[in-house]
Amino acid sequence: MGIAIYMLAFALLVVGIYGVIAKRNVIKIILGILIIDYAVNMLLVLVGYRRDGVAPILSEGQDAKAWAATSVDPLPQAMVLTSIVIGLGLTALMVAMAIRLYQKYGTFDMNEIRKLKG
Amino acid sequence: MDALVPLLVVVPFGAAFILVALANLPGLARRRAEGGESAGDLASAPGPRRHRVLSLLACAAVLANFIIALALLRADIGHIYVGGWGDEKSALGIELVCDGLAKLMVVIINMVALVSIIFSWSYMRRFTKVWLFEALFLLMTGAMNGVVLAGDLFNMYVFLEIAAISSYALVAFGCEAEELEAAFKYLILGTVGSAFILVGVTILYSLTGHLNMAKVHELLPAVGQTSPAVLLAAAALLGGLALKAAMVPFHAWLPDAHPSAPAPISAMLSGVLIKAAGIYALARIVFNVLGPTTEYAAILMALGVVSMVVGMFLALGQQDFKRLLAYSSISQAGYIVLAFGVAAHLLATGGDRNIAGLCIFGGLFHLFNHAAFKSLLFLSSGSIEQQTGTRMLKEMGGLTRRMPVTSFCCRIGALSIAGVPPLNGFFSKLIIIIGLALAGQLVLAAIAAGVAVGTLLMYVKVQRYALEGEPSGAAANAREAPAMMCVGLVLLAVVCVVAGLALLPLRDVVFGPAEDVLLGAAGKLTGGLTP
Amino acid sequence: MKQHHGMTSIVKNTARLVSGFIAVFGLYVALTGHLAPGGGFAGGVILAASGVLIVLAFGRRFSAKVITDRAVHIADAAGAGVFLLVALLGFLAGAFFANFIPTGEPHHLKSGGAIPISNLAIFVKVGAGLLGAFMALSAFRLTSKESKT
Repeated sequence: MGIAIYMLAFALLVVGIYGVIAKRNVIKIILGILIIDYAVNMLLVLVGYRRDGVAPILSEGQDAKAWAATSVDPLPQAMVLTSIVIGLGLTALMVAMAIRLYQKYGTFDMNEIRKLKG
Repeated sequence: MDALVPLLVVVPFGAAFILVALANLPGLARRRAEGGESAGDLASAPGPRRHRVLSLLACAAVLANFIIALALLRADIGHIYVGGWGDEKSALGIELVCDGLAKLMVVIINMVALVSIIFSWSYMRRFTKVWLFEALFLLMTGAMNGVVLAGDLFNMYVFLEIAAISSYALVAFGCEAEELEAAFKYLILGTVGSAFILVGVTILYSLTGHLNMAKVHELLPAVGQTSPAVLLAAAALLGGLALKAAMVPFHAWLPDAHPSAPAPISAMLSGVLIKAAGIYALARIVFNVLGPTTEYAAILMALGVVSMVVGMFLALGQQDFKRLLAYSSISQAGYIVLAFGVAAHLLATGGDRNIAGLCIFGGLFHLFNHAAFKSLLFLSSGSIEQQTGTRMLKEMGGLTRRMPVTSFCCRIGALSIAGVPPLNGFFSKLIIIIGLALAGQLVLAAIAAGVAVGTLLMYVKVQRYALEGEPSGAAANAREAPAMMCVGLVLLAVVCVVAGLALLPLRDVVFGPAEDVLLGAAGKLTGGLTP
Repeated sequence: MKQHHGMTSIVKNTARLVSGFIAVFGLYVALTGHLAPGGGFAGGVILAASGVLIVLAFGRRFSAKVITDRAVHIADAAGAGVFLLVALLGFLAGAFFANFIPTGEPHHLKSGGAIPISNLAIFVKVGAGLLGAFMALSAFRLTSKESKT
């Protein structure tokens, strides 16, 4: 059970990579990248997971020690947030580039977007 | 002195933000033109006077950074904890590490950045919205400084991403079809690489409960160096970083992305980005986090050799000057990784640490030299392209007479990358080849020597077509590049010449401490073999 | 305003009423970021969402006059600049990013020292940045060479 959930994250990662490699449509490639992003984010959250853990927020009147013994790991959640922000920036850039590519080439098909050799 | 270290990141970032704000502040700009949207856009562009102020600000920020980097070289710097709430035991806080290797990298990054921004003073005038270029440039420089200063894995990843995102935007800066295509390819591959790096970082965190590199290194043996989880993390990290370093199976983006960018950015990307984000991080991870084992050493050596050979052969067939330079970057980066790989192999098998040190020294020296001469070549290709309007070698010719300063500097760069004796490239290649031979890797040494000959051929071709002979049609009307561009070129040419001559003092001051960083951690791992 | 800019007047009036509240909610999320889940980034995204609502309801032509490119750039740079400034002011307390304001009592709004200031800076930065990115993307017209006819 424990390992299966990690496998799910990796399966998602593989789906994303498949999308990036096999699809020739710019938009689908961007979606593949996003799936990869979310797979990694999920892995990060899972790493901090603890069975029956509570949210890592210390509320008023709570004993800090007892709370720390039951809460999930907050650090991966902070990392996920950072990673989401990076993903947001990347998505905006990718979409902007896709639109520009469409303006220049008149297509979203990567097979036709090849003015460069190689 | 400790307080100066965060400034290396803060100054460029702050300057970038101020630049954006200043460029958009109303008042000094021309009055908003009446009418529709396009006129409004035109009016919001800052006037030429403000352009100069903004460029000056960008130059000043990079210059300040370079001075800080030089000042830090001899300084004795301890642990720096961001926010002041960490200590060595718990390693909870975010740590900035300014050790010998980081100092060396910071000097290289800011040197190339300074020259590139001086060069772009004149070069970028043909583009609109130069302030955007300068802001992105500063972000990229600051982020690269962050990469080399970061003491924990996650911050390294974040800074890698900042540097990468700004470089994607910079490659596409011209917004022509080819540039967009190259940038999109670079963006997709780079993002996949970063995702893998994050996977590796995540797994290492889950295994050790720490992100601090030193701490992870300390705790990894308890997990087991060869446990499947560690190997998975290592595979993800090495794969992702090799992609960033454009090692050969992962190099597809580089020959498109580097030539498509504006010349100062090509110089930054080839000169420092693939090194700071790729090779430096690779070396850090292998030597200081995972600890060198024979498997990692074998991977590094294989990547290095294949990149070296394939890069050279691909470069030989190129007619496009910038593409040739880009392929040659792959090949030269291969040298560095190969030297590191052999050093890691020696350390893992308990070989002579002095020879390992020699290999690392060769690698680091080549890294420095490559930053100098490849940037020089890319910048001179930029000024040649600007003056002749072509990048094809066959259409150039006779530039020695038309553009004396540029072609002289270009020649110095070409001679030094080809490994002609008094220049720096000769010494670094010689040291690497000697190191390989002493390490008992005679085949690798022979291959390295062979690739050096190939590189020589490649640059003889450049000289023959571009600089010698009668001026062709494109070159006939070429004139010398503007003064600021020449200043940049001459500065780098001087670095190329001086670094070759001042090899020994440089080793004591700069490269020795950097070498010890990579060797030292390994010493702890293998039980503190004393040299 | 001609009717063919933006959506119908029902949508416009609703957006006009609601967007202010959305922005205030974003500010709330950012302000209590040091006490509860949320913070500068989440608040900034909510702020940007209220802007996006305006753009969608009133059309780009109109909103580009209210939310100018220039204002977005300045707010974005200012947010980031203030964040850096807070980090630099940490040197007053001895280290980069150190908390130089007394931290106060936990679980009260007035606590956390410099964290709420950083949160507000991020709030402005993310709100402006995201809205700016949305406006810039909405400015593109998807016309290719073929489909121009």
